[in-house]
Order: sequence, then structure tokens, then C-alpha cells
Amino acid sequence: MSTQRGDLFADIDLGREKLINRLFYGLLVAASLFGLVILVLLIADVIWESYQGLTTFNIDPVQFLTEPSSSRAERAGFGASIVASLWLMALTAVLAFAIAVGCAIYLVEYAPETRTTRLIEANLANLAGVPSIVYGLLVLALIVNDAGLGSVILAGAIALALLIVPIIIVASIEAIRAVPSSVRDGSYAMGATTWQTVRQVVLPQAMPGILTGTILALARAIGETAPLIMVGTMLHATRYPSGPLSSFSAMPTQIYNWTYQADRMFNGLAALGIVVLLVFLVVMYALAGYLRKKYETEGSITNV
Amino acid sequence: MSTEPQSGSGISGDDSLEDAHEKNKRVRRVLFGCATVTVVTTVAIFLVLFDNAASYFFGARISEMIAGGGIERTVTFTEFFTGTRWAPDHSTPAHGVLPIVWGTLAITIGAGLVSIPIGTATALYLSEYANTETRNKLKPLLEVLAGIPTIVYGYFAVSFLTPVVVGGIASNIINPTGAWLESVSVFAPFVIEPVSEWMMGVRVGRYSLLAGILVVGTMTIPMVSSISEDAMQAVPDDLRNGAYALGATKYQVSLRIVLPAAVSGIFASYILALSRAIGETMAVTLAAGFNANLTANPFDEIMTMTAYLVSMARGTSAVGTVEYQSLFAVGLLLFLMTLSMNLLNDRMKRRFQEEYR
Repeated sequence: MSTQRGDLFADIDLGREKLINRLFYGLLVAASLFGLVILVLLIADVIWESYQGLTTFNIDPVQFLTEPSSSRAERAGFGASIVASLWLMALTAVLAFAIAVGCAIYLVEYAPETRTTRLIEANLANLAGVPSIVYGLLVLALIVNDAGLGSVILAGAIALALLIVPIIIVASIEAIRAVPSSVRDGSYAMGATTWQTVRQVVLPQAMPGILTGTILALARAIGETAPLIMVGTMLHATRYPSGPLSSFSAMPTQIYNWTYQADRMFNGLAALGIVVLLVFLVVMYALAGYLRKKYETEGSITNV
Repeated sequence: MSTEPQSGSGISGDDSLEDAHEKNKRVRRVLFGCATVTVVTTVAIFLVLFDNAASYFFGARISEMIAGGGIERTVTFTEFFTGTRWAPDHSTPAHGVLPIVWGTLAITIGAGLVSIPIGTATALYLSEYANTETRNKLKPLLEVLAGIPTIVYGYFAVSFLTPVVVGGIASNIINPTGAWLESVSVFAPFVIEPVSEWMMGVRVGRYSLLAGILVVGTMTIPMVSSISEDAMQAVPDDLRNGAYALGATKYQVSLRIVLPAAVSGIFASYILALSRAIGETMAVTLAAGFNANLTANPFDEIMTMTAYLVSMARGTSAVGTVEYQSLFAVGLLLFLMTLSMNLLNDRMKRRFQEEYR
């Protein structure tokens, strides 16, 4: 492009074109870097504030990780919130997994081409776009108050499960569709029923993909704050939860309540809480990445 | 991982043929039940929100009306949709929803002004300019940006964006500019003086509209960039090559070939990002605040619909109060707003899928 000369291009100012191209390129690079700059700033800010919390306010890391929270900043810890979040994750996984995978199997392997099927599929896309706080409202009215369950961990887990079921379904559908149909046909040719094919042929192959999707969905759920706030959480998680029916404040809601306080020491606590939350997320993403990688290599061997 | 049959049983071995078909039918029914759970969820959201919102307007839930409960008009629709003061929990209550709808719209529009240009430019860079190596590095980092919980963005707004960025803009740019305008206002005092006075008076408190816009705008960049990039990648290379053959530059190809060809997919990403901004809760609450102001001043505190929901959340203790009932009226409005955006997005996506196949 740059060596074009002669009369044919006489009316084109190549220098100007080049300048515009270069400016445009610079603009695009700058825009692409914007997100990265924010990411770096965000992480630096959290680390700096945590450091401030540890040094200026002398927050003891061991006490922070093991003690329950308190309305007095110097005695506050994150332990009860971590345990509450673990309870939430376990219950959410139990509530969401079977239903979501069941729905995915139905849609891929069983569902006839009918209006009901199309309705279910269209509804999935809609559910994924519902703001998370609306799930909190639903559970607040139906489970917490009408059913009288109260603001307990189980209620929070139901809200989170409703939130991630569509996400797990979409991931599972993808994983199940990725199983080559030749494998299915082989099974059917042996006289197997649909369920026998699904259970013994399709699911074992699709399971790593389904699990990866589930872990990613749980990673989304563990950071969700709004639905839990609507369900109702303690201002400070002052005691360890004793089971699914005890009141609670999970990691994100405790971070919110600390951030909201005017006392600077609470901000340091919030920053340390964020570090713990991000560590959980990194572990979950790493696990999902490991599964995906393993799945990809094994998948390529089976497909040869 | 093995696809071998279980030990010795054979692939259809453990049941007799009839049992196997019976079982298959039973499983099918159970799985269909699982699938209907998603539909039931949607229906439940609708019913529960309508049912509880009714008590806000009519003093009784629809379920109570059916059971024979009395109806009294508590809040009129006229007041709800046209009133300009929102304070249902105040001692002199006001039920005009406009201020918090405005708060949500102001954040959504502002965030769109941030995320749409930056997200589109990022997508263009990734799709048209970046080499494979850069792309493979940049894309996961943008995914990280999308994977960070919203509460972390909220914290970032409180501890960095508001004091450093928004405060810095106010005290280093807006206030001095106002002072300078004041000094030159002799030339056109009636035009300049109100502006300069406003500029010198700008102070940044704990919350501001601008901080909310910045934080929500940043959060929605990855949605715009990743979906737009997919749309741009779907544009056939033939179109690009045709333009290059005619002597077009890369800039011209990007803006005049790729963008128009991918436009419906790109618009779908915009709608998705805006819909996400409407429903965004924690970051916006911590950045923009809890004061239902009808203002366009970016340095003022505002309240979005979601921030109202968060500020009124009391779990079990508030049942039956106006505050509790108002949650569902606002929640229903929020749900309907995002639902219409999602339906629009669905139509856009379908158009985009049909284009090149």
C-alpha cells in the first residue's frame, strides 16, 4: 500500500491517509488498554488498602481468618462469613446441579421439536438476563416470608441456585452436544434405550464439560451480593453458622457492610475480605481451567 | 472417561428389555420436570412480583383480594408514575417513582457512553488489528474484568474512583475552570456567571453520579467487546478482501466494511450491556448513593431503583409495611424494563445469526 505512486492515485493524499490510519490505530490500542489499566488500578487499590489495614490498623491475619465479625472493628474477623459462604456454595451446588443437568439432558437428548421445547429454550435466554436482585425479591416474598423460612442460609442458597441454574444448563447443553453423535448411534445400534445411552455413553464423556460449567457458575454465585441482601443478612456475622437454617452474612455481604461503614479500619477489613474472596475465585477458575484442559486433550484422543 | 460398558453387564444388561423401556419413560418424565423448573421460575417471578406489588397500590395482595380482602387505593398510578419525589418510608410519604427511574436511566446512559465506544474500539482492535499472540493475551484479561464480583467494583469506587478520580476532576479541573471563567466573565456576564458559579461550587461527597457511571461503564466494557468481536469475526473475509482490492485502507475497511456488516450483532451487545447496567446493583449503590435526586449534575448523589431495593432490604422484619410493599412495585418495574431489553436483544441476535450462513 505504501509504495503506490503515479497518476492513478494522484487525487489521494497518501500522507493524510497514513496519518488517519495511524491515529485510528492509536485510538484502538488506547481503548483496549483502558480495561487493563482499570484492572491493574483495582488490584493495586485492594492490595494497598489491605496493606494499610495490616500495618496502620494492626489487623492480625490469623484473628481475621478465624474470628467472627463484630460491630467493633478491632475485634472483627471474617471466619464466620467464610464458613457461611462455604455452606452457601455446597447447598447451591446441591440444589442447582441435578435440576440443571436434568434440564440440559432433556433438551438435547429427549425434547421433541414442539412449541413447549421452544418455549423452554427461549425462556432460558430470558432468565439469564434477569437482574440477580430480582431472584432475591422472589425468594424474599415466597420462601423467607410466605413459607416462613426466615432469612437463613438455605433461603440464600435457593436464590443463588435459581440464579445459576440457567448458566449451568447452557454450559451442560454445550458439553452434551459436543459428544459425537457416532458414539450415540453406536449405542442405539446395540439396542440401548435413550436413558441407557445417556447414562453410560453420553454423560461420562460430557461430565468434565458439565463440571467446568458448574464450577464457573458457582464462581459467579460466590461473589453475588444483591440477592443475599434482599433475602436478608446479618449486619455483622457475629457468630458461626450452625447449619443451613441459621442466620448469616456471607463473604460479599460482609464486605459490603464493612465498605459502607465510615470507620477507616472497616475499609481495611473490607479490602482483606476482598483478597480472600478473590483467592477463592482464582482457585475455582484454576480448577475449571484444569478440568477444561484435561477434557480437551482427552477429547482429542477419543475423536481420533 | 471410558465408554466401555460397566463390568460385565453389557450396555443394556442390567434390566430386561421391557424394564429398560419403562425406566426410560420414567426418567424422561423426571427430566421433563427438571426442564419445567426454569419456566416455573419465570412464572413465579411474574406472579410474586405482581401479587406483592398489588398490595402497594391497592392495600391488599391479589391472593388476598381473591380470598375476599377489601381493596383501598393506597397509592394511585398517577402519583407513582408522575410524582417527582420518592420517599415511601418518610413521615410525609411521597410515591413518585420518577427520581429513581431517572437515577437508573442516568447511570445506564452514562455507562453506555463509556462502555460502547471503548468496548467497540476494543472489539475492532481484537478482531481487525491484533495478532494472534496479543489477542490470546488480551482476551483472557478482559474476561477477568468481567469475572470480578460487582461488590469489588463497589469497593473500588468508594476507596479510589470517588476520592481520587471524581474528586480530582472536581478540584483540579472544574473548580479552577470556574475561577478562570469568573475572571473573564466581564465579556458576557449573564451567560458565563451562572456556569462559573456552578463550577466553583462543585464539591464531591461520598457518592456521585459520575462515579456510578465510571464504574458501571467499566464493568460493561467486556460484554460489549466480546460479543461485538464475535459479530465482527463472523464477517466473511471476502468482504474485506474486496475492499482492499479497491484500494481501501485498513481504517476504511474497519469502519466502512466490518462495522456495517456486523451491525446487528454489535447492537445486540450494546443492548445486553445496557440491560446489565439497568440491573446492576452493588457497584452502583456504593458509587452513586442513596439520595433520590432528580438531577443531571454528575457530581451529585443519586439513587437508582436497585439502590432503593438494597437500602430497604430488611429481611423478615418489615412485612406488611409500605416500604416492604414498595420493594415489589419497584422490582416489578425493574424486571419489566430488563425483560423488554432482553426481548429486543433476542430479536437482534436472531437477525445477526441469519445474516451470514
